[in-house]
Amino acid sequence: MSNITEIKNELAEHHSTLANKSTEEDYNILNLGPTHPATHGIFQNVLKMDGEIIKDTEQTIGYIHRAFEKIAEHRPFYQVTPLTDRLNYCSSPINNMGWHMTVEKLIGAEIPKRAQYMRVIIMELARITDHIVCNTIIGADTGALTGFTYMFQWREKIYDIYEQICGSRLTTNIGRIGGLERDFNDEVYKKIKEFLREFPKVLNEFTALLERNRIFMDRVVNVGGISGERALAYGFTGPNLRAAGVDYDVRVMNPYSSYEDFDFAIPVGTGGDTYDRFRVRQEEMWESMKIIQQALDNMPQGKFFAEVPEFYLPPKEEVYKSMEALIWHFKIVMGETDVPKGEVYHSVEGGNGELGFYLVSDGGRAAYRLHFRRPCFIYYQAYPEMIKGSMLSDAILTMSSMNVIAGELDG
Amino acid sequence: MSTDINIVQAPAGIEGPGFFATSIDKMVGLARANSLWPLPFATSCCGIEFMATMGSNYDLARFGSERISFSPRQADVLLVAGTIAKKMGPVLKQVYLQMAEPRWVIAIGACASSGGIFDTYSVLQGIDKIIPVDVYVPGCPPRPEQIIDGVMKVQELAKNESTGRRNSPEYKALLASYGIE
Amino acid sequence: MSEITNEHLLSRLRAQFGEFIYNESTPYEMATIVLQKDKITEVLQWLYNDPEFKFQFLTDVCGIHFPDATGAEFGVVYHIHSLTNNLRLRIKCFMPAANPSISTITSVFPAANWQERETFDYYGILFEGHPNLKRILNVDEMDYFPMRKEYPLEDGTRTDKEDQYFGR
Repeated sequence: MSNITEIKNELAEHHSTLANKSTEEDYNILNLGPTHPATHGIFQNVLKMDGEIIKDTEQTIGYIHRAFEKIAEHRPFYQVTPLTDRLNYCSSPINNMGWHMTVEKLIGAEIPKRAQYMRVIIMELARITDHIVCNTIIGADTGALTGFTYMFQWREKIYDIYEQICGSRLTTNIGRIGGLERDFNDEVYKKIKEFLREFPKVLNEFTALLERNRIFMDRVVNVGGISGERALAYGFTGPNLRAAGVDYDVRVMNPYSSYEDFDFAIPVGTGGDTYDRFRVRQEEMWESMKIIQQALDNMPQGKFFAEVPEFYLPPKEEVYKSMEALIWHFKIVMGETDVPKGEVYHSVEGGNGELGFYLVSDGGRAAYRLHFRRPCFIYYQAYPEMIKGSMLSDAILTMSSMNVIAGELDG
Repeated sequence: MSTDINIVQAPAGIEGPGFFATSIDKMVGLARANSLWPLPFATSCCGIEFMATMGSNYDLARFGSERISFSPRQADVLLVAGTIAKKMGPVLKQVYLQMAEPRWVIAIGACASSGGIFDTYSVLQGIDKIIPVDVYVPGCPPRPEQIIDGVMKVQELAKNESTGRRNSPEYKALLASYGIE
Repeated sequence: MSEITNEHLLSRLRAQFGEFIYNESTPYEMATIVLQKDKITEVLQWLYNDPEFKFQFLTDVCGIHFPDATGAEFGVVYHIHSLTNNLRLRIKCFMPAANPSISTITSVFPAANWQERETFDYYGILFEGHPNLKRILNVDEMDYFPMRKEYPLEDGTRTDKEDQYFGR
């Protein structure tokens, strides 16, 4: 019946007998990265191999270290938003809004419900794009490129929605400190509704392509597993932690932006392996769609920005006509507004896990210190433990299912 | 629609019954330009837009570049998409050196072109500090249409390149200025 | 599940480690203590094992530099999280520039490994007992610690950008 599993077991046995015979001197070194096509990002792994079995790994990262935190100490708060875009660029709106909410927490701004619901819609769309990229890449790495080319069309549809909202696609710079820059227009609602109508069909097709596919399951089940305890010890968060069976989600634990209003489930896995990570992301896409639907149905009326004239740019027409608006505009753009002193930590559930912002303000125009808790950076250090003893091809899948984003990894 | 399909025009030449005569430069240029094998050197955000360019909506394959070559030995055009940190610089140069002539380089995005918003201690201020660049694509990140436009610009370069260019003293001097033999 | 308040957390910490806690506050509803630096591993271990608190998740480790605070120029800020109680705690330890060193917490939280390396890379803070303390993001040849306040953001050796055109 299960020929492939048998062959796999036989091979593994063969390799383990080889391994028992071989000594440290027989190991060979294999350099994976930094430009290897299968690494989906720029990081190096020097693998110590015994035949096909990985014995040890030495990781090198920092190949696109861009010094975000140093730049953030030199820029006014609103100019930090474009930097956050480039952390996890697969779901930049979540990063943007996480940063905005951090500053709003510092200045004590009350964000109207409507803006919060709009943010939730955008963030959940971003989560879907993030998971589309990760899961289709797992598919592509197991040989099913179909999912990648097919699903990317629907990722483009989400980008169309972003373009309607803010005018850009990937690095969105969406929203402002204090709310959104403009209200959703009719086209946005039309496109979101169309997406919610069409996407379930596509996601079902993608699920049917892979989820119970023999070849796919043989490649991913019991590959790169990690237990819940080890995952917590390594600081895992997000889908990777939930795949290991721990139901920690910032959206539920410390609700922000009115997440407590929505009814959604937190999918968890059991084994923490590649298949579980894939399944958790698949299910999260369904949950995200549920949240978006609820937000659309219950969209409150009201303003889409808070009353914080020191931080929220006045409308452009006003700037041309009124003196006050011009002054506020000038003060904000030149970074001359007063910021309270203090330190604040705020975290949001990013595409990869808990994305935290630790902001220390000394009252100056820029942050005194801004530290990003980058989920990738923290959980990627568990990679050697996860692939130890597995085969090289499994290591590739483990990496793609962990969804390590180089921009976020290297800071 | 089948009528939308364009076939590349033959270069100017003398045509008669059963024969077609043109210069070898033009024939070689035509062949090269419409079968550029890209090597994606995708590091960050622009790399994701490059994925979109390869994806079904934009489909770079329409321009003869569907065959992504991850081996630099067999690639024609190096697409540097994303920030190149100083740590990455030597790796990029190594990849460039491994490519066989003729080779072209596209710097995709502000970071690869000039360092972009990352004017910091760790980021290389444009890849033209270490390797010669043929086409710069602005944007942070550029839209897929822009990336395709950059590839089409390389097609133009390939079409109009004389066969002797890569052996010319000017080209040798250009490489020498980057310390490449 | 009974909610544990920040006051309760701080009072128990005070009872246990009172003489080593220099300062305590709760900015933006997060309990924060400034701790004597050589007690960090002990305190974290106690918080980890404590049956009531169970601070078993390390959220974040980062460094900070105050050049004007003589004798306490460098700081390390730890954020820990008790997932069972949904309680967060921030611990800050300061050290002089002459000897910026603190003991590693990798024995309590393996997740601290890279974060401590990053802090070392940025600020040159030495983590005693760290299994592999070397640069992580920057090149090994770098001869300074870039996040220290005295160093500029830009690379001073670059030639293509004139500062006057960039408002510097």
